[in-house]
Amino acid sequence: MTNIIEINNLTKSYYNKRALNNLNLNIESGKVVGILGPNGSGKTTLLKILAGLLRQSKGEVLIDGQKPGVYTKSIVSYLPDRNFLYDWMKINDAICFYKDFFVDFDEDKADDLLKFMKLERGMKIDSLSKGMKEKLNLTLVLARKAKVYILDEPIAGVDPVARDQILNAIINNYEKDSSMVITTHLVRDMENIFDDVVYLSEGDILLQGNAEGLREERQMSIDELYKEIFG
Amino acid sequence: MNFDSNLPIYIQIMDLIKRQVITGDLKEGDKLPSVREIATQLKVNPNTIQRSYQELERENLVYTQRGMGTFVTEDKQLVKELKVNIAKNIINNFLDDMKAIGYSPHEILDLISNRVREGK
Repeated sequence: MTNIIEINNLTKSYYNKRALNNLNLNIESGKVVGILGPNGSGKTTLLKILAGLLRQSKGEVLIDGQKPGVYTKSIVSYLPDRNFLYDWMKINDAICFYKDFFVDFDEDKADDLLKFMKLERGMKIDSLSKGMKEKLNLTLVLARKAKVYILDEPIAGVDPVARDQILNAIINNYEKDSSMVITTHLVRDMENIFDDVVYLSEGDILLQGNAEGLREERQMSIDELYKEIFG
Repeated sequence: MNFDSNLPIYIQIMDLIKRQVITGDLKEGDKLPSVREIATQLKVNPNTIQRSYQELERENLVYTQRGMGTFVTEDKQLVKELKVNIAKNIINNFLDDMKAIGYSPHEILDLISNRVREGK
């Protein structure tokens, strides 16, 4: 297996506060990796560095062999942890916006996903509920044919039905030749879709491994292990 | 479906399919659902389902035809053996539970034969 993402001795400080502390992590291509940790553990900081939105203080990040920049942004599809679309837009505008920005954006796939999410191109963004906005954001992110998908809390704050739909969209759009990095603190709802998990606390990796291997070795679910580690 | 927490999920999915085979929900030669179908239905990583199928194939309970899909074995003897093995497992678990709450093998036998005689 080749590593699509390599993280070596990564440190990120905001003034005096350390958000990430000498992190080492490799992510293989074709894997779905869950980054698990409570609020403030450094999950979003890590994803923002991978997405090329933040620069590290120390250490190195390589995505497909390259430092975060123009190339990596073209192969990484990033879902931020909050809505990133303007209120004046209609869904159609958001689609055109994405099409202009990303050459790997697949409009047909976007239409399929919109239909699956029960959204229509004519809807106005400012009239969408929180769950619908989340679904629209995910639609745009998954409609790119990227090598790496980085999803920051894709199911936070949505109702259980929408949660199922979002999980299904993620599973259906997973491809063998791409990888997904997903953060969540809703471990129980998402643990079955992870190949590997990383437990992150205050900028340190406390534990990482294959999800099935951990279940077998520890005789508990990834969620129970989470509670043991952070509880 | 709710998974047991302390067993790898691929094993639980294998057990699920084995049960369907011995109860006849899946018959000899039947095509299994595609990996993606089960993945979506159970909300499980497709790689996990793939692993379940591979392990079932290693146990000769299913076979894959390139481009066609995965099928249940046509070997009736093997299905029979599977059924016996699963029955043995159920009995072993039962016996362990009974011993744990303090029954002797003799008492267990008595309880069972009475229960069976009473019928439903």
